[in-house]
Amino acid sequence: MFDAASVMVPSTQFTLSGLTVSFDGVTVLHGVDLSIGRGEALGLVGESGSGKSVTWLAALGLLPAKARVSGSARLDGTELVGASPETLDKVRGGRVAMIFQDPTSALNPVLKVGTQIGEALSLHRGLSGAAIRAEAKRLFDLVGIPDAERRLSAYPHEFSGGQNQRVMIAMALAGKPDILVADEPTTALDITIQAQILDLINSVRREMGMALVLISHDLGVIAETCDRVAVMYAGRIVEEAPAARLFAEPRHPYARGLLHSLPPLGGVRRKLVSIPGVVPDPRALPKGCAFAPRCTHVSDACLGASPTLRSPEAGRRLACVLEPENTDQRQFEAA
Amino acid sequence: MLRFLTIRIGRAMITIALVVTFAFIVLRMSGDPAQIIMGPEAPPEVIAAFRKAWGLDDPIWLQYFHYFGAILQGELGRSMRDGRSAIELVAERIPVTLALTLPALAIKIGLGIPAGIYAALHRGSLADRVVMMLSVAGFTIPSFVLGLTLVLIFAVKLGWLPSGGQDSWRHAILPVITLVIGGAAVLARFTRSAMLEVLGQPFIRTASAKGVPWRDVIVGHALPNAAIPTVTIVGFMIGTLIAGAVVVESVFSWPGVGRLLVVAVANRDLAVVQCILLLVAATMVTSNLIVDFLYGFLDPRLRQNAGKAS
Repeated sequence: MFDAASVMVPSTQFTLSGLTVSFDGVTVLHGVDLSIGRGEALGLVGESGSGKSVTWLAALGLLPAKARVSGSARLDGTELVGASPETLDKVRGGRVAMIFQDPTSALNPVLKVGTQIGEALSLHRGLSGAAIRAEAKRLFDLVGIPDAERRLSAYPHEFSGGQNQRVMIAMALAGKPDILVADEPTTALDITIQAQILDLINSVRREMGMALVLISHDLGVIAETCDRVAVMYAGRIVEEAPAARLFAEPRHPYARGLLHSLPPLGGVRRKLVSIPGVVPDPRALPKGCAFAPRCTHVSDACLGASPTLRSPEAGRRLACVLEPENTDQRQFEAA
Repeated sequence: MLRFLTIRIGRAMITIALVVTFAFIVLRMSGDPAQIIMGPEAPPEVIAAFRKAWGLDDPIWLQYFHYFGAILQGELGRSMRDGRSAIELVAERIPVTLALTLPALAIKIGLGIPAGIYAALHRGSLADRVVMMLSVAGFTIPSFVLGLTLVLIFAVKLGWLPSGGQDSWRHAILPVITLVIGGAAVLARFTRSAMLEVLGQPFIRTASAKGVPWRDVIVGHALPNAAIPTVTIVGFMIGTLIAGAVVVESVFSWPGVGRLLVVAVANRDLAVVQCILLLVAATMVTSNLIVDFLYGFLDPRLRQNAGKAS
C-alpha cells in the first residue's frame, strides 16, 4: 500500500497530498503534493505570498478557524487534516516542531523563557519540577545561550533577536521532534547572526537526526542547508528537485528567474536579472499558468489550463508546459 | 524602587492639591453661600454677620491660605448649614454609597470580563454579535434614562421592587443593576478587543505549535497579556467607587456621598463640597497608583523600565 508520493521518496515520513487552503472563498493553496523523508532537509522557496508558510501551518492545523483546509497531510500514516485537537496537540511540538520568522514576537512577553520551554518539556516529555529545570538548562547549553541557569529566569525582551531564536530552537527541541519546520528563521535577524543560527539549526539537526523543512525566500540559505528543494509560486509547487540539480539546472522559468536574480558566488560577474511584475493576487489569478504574465517564455499553451506537476526525469517534478529544450539555459539568457 | 515610589506618591499629592485648589477657586467665584443658605429674604445685616462668621469677607488668597493650612492639620471645615464637621458628614455617607458601588463593581467584573472573553473567542458568532449589541446599548444609554426605565418597569408597572430609598436590601437592587449595566458593557468591550489583539499575536501561534491545548493557550498565554489593558478599566472603576454613583443615587434617592454632593453644591456648602472633592481626588489617584503597580506586576517589560527610572 504505497501511494504515489511515498514511491518517489522512500521512507517517507510526512506526506502532503492535494493540500488545499482557502480563506473566505479565496483559494491560496492549490493542491500541494509534497513529502519529506526521515532525517531529510527540504527547502521551500518562493516569494512572499507563494504559500510556503501556509502549507505547513495548514498541515499542522495552525491556521485560523476561518481557513478551509482540504486534502491530506499524513505523518507516518496518521491523518492530520481534520484530526482531533488531542491528536494535533501531540504532534505539534512532539513530532513536528516549528520556529518562526520574528523570534521576539513569537515568544510570550509576560512569561519567563524557562517557563515557556518548561511547558513543552512537561507536555511532551512528562517532566516536572527539578527535571524540567535541568533539561531546560541542558537545552540552553545546547543552543549556545551562556549562563543558562540564570538566563532561564529572564523574559524575552531581555534577549536579543538572535538569542530569542536560540530560545525558540531550544523550545522546539524540547519535545525531541522528528521534523523541525523553520519558517524564515533568519529573515528578521542581523546578517551576522543569520549564519550562526543556520549553523545551529544544521548542527542540532545532525545531532538529533531530525528532518528539516526550511522555508525561505533566500536561495543562499536554502542552498547551504537543504538536500531537496521545492519552488512554490502562487499556491502551487512549480518545480522540485535535489538541491544540487535545481541550482545547477533550474527548469521552470520562475525557478530560473529566482536564481538569476541572485549574484553568482564565484566566476564572472554578470548583470542581475529581476523577474518583472509581482506575485498575482490570489483573488484574481490569471487563467492558465499563474506565472504566465511574468514569464519571458509565455506561449498560447500557457494560457489554457494550469500546468500539472509531472516528472520529466527521475527525482525532478516540474509544472510547465514548455518542453525542456525550449527552456534551456542559452535561450533563457538570450531572452 | 523606593525612589520610584516616592516620585509617584509625590506626584499623586500634587494632583490632589491641584484639584483642591481648583475646586476652592471655582466654588468661591460661582455664587455667595451666605445668600443661598440664608435665603433671598434674609436681611442684609444677617448676611453680613454670616459672611463675617465664615470668613467670607477675607481676600480669597487669605481664605485659601487658612483653608490649606487647616487641611494640612487634617481639618476640613464645617458644614455651613448645620455646623457639623464636613469629614463626619461625608464619612457617614461613604458606607451607604459603597453598599451600592462595591457589589456593582464585583458584578461588573464578573459579568463584563467573561462576556468579553467569550465574545472574542467566538468572534463573528451570534453570541459575539449579541454581546456587542448589548454592550453598545449598555454604555450609550445614559444612567438616568436607564434608572428611570427600570423604575418604570419594575416599580411602577410590575410593582416588584421599590422605586427609591434605602430601607432594605431590596431597595439596592435597581440602583445596582443600573450601575452594573453601563460598567459591564464597557468592560466587555475592552476585554473583547484586548483579547482579540492578543489572540492575533505570533506568540499565540507559537504556543499552539508547541502542542499546548487550546484551553491552556487561552488561560496561560492569552489572558495574562489581555489582562494588562483590562486592568486600566477596572482601576478607573475602583477610582469611581465613591463618587461614581451621583446620578444613580439621585434617581433612586439613595442617601450616599453622591446625594450629599448634589445638595452641598446646590447650597454652596463649601466645606462639604471640598471635602468630597478631596476624597474623590484621593481615591482616583490611589487607584491610579495601584494600577501602575499592577502593570509592573503583570508586564515584565514595564517592571524593567520602572527599575531603570529609579
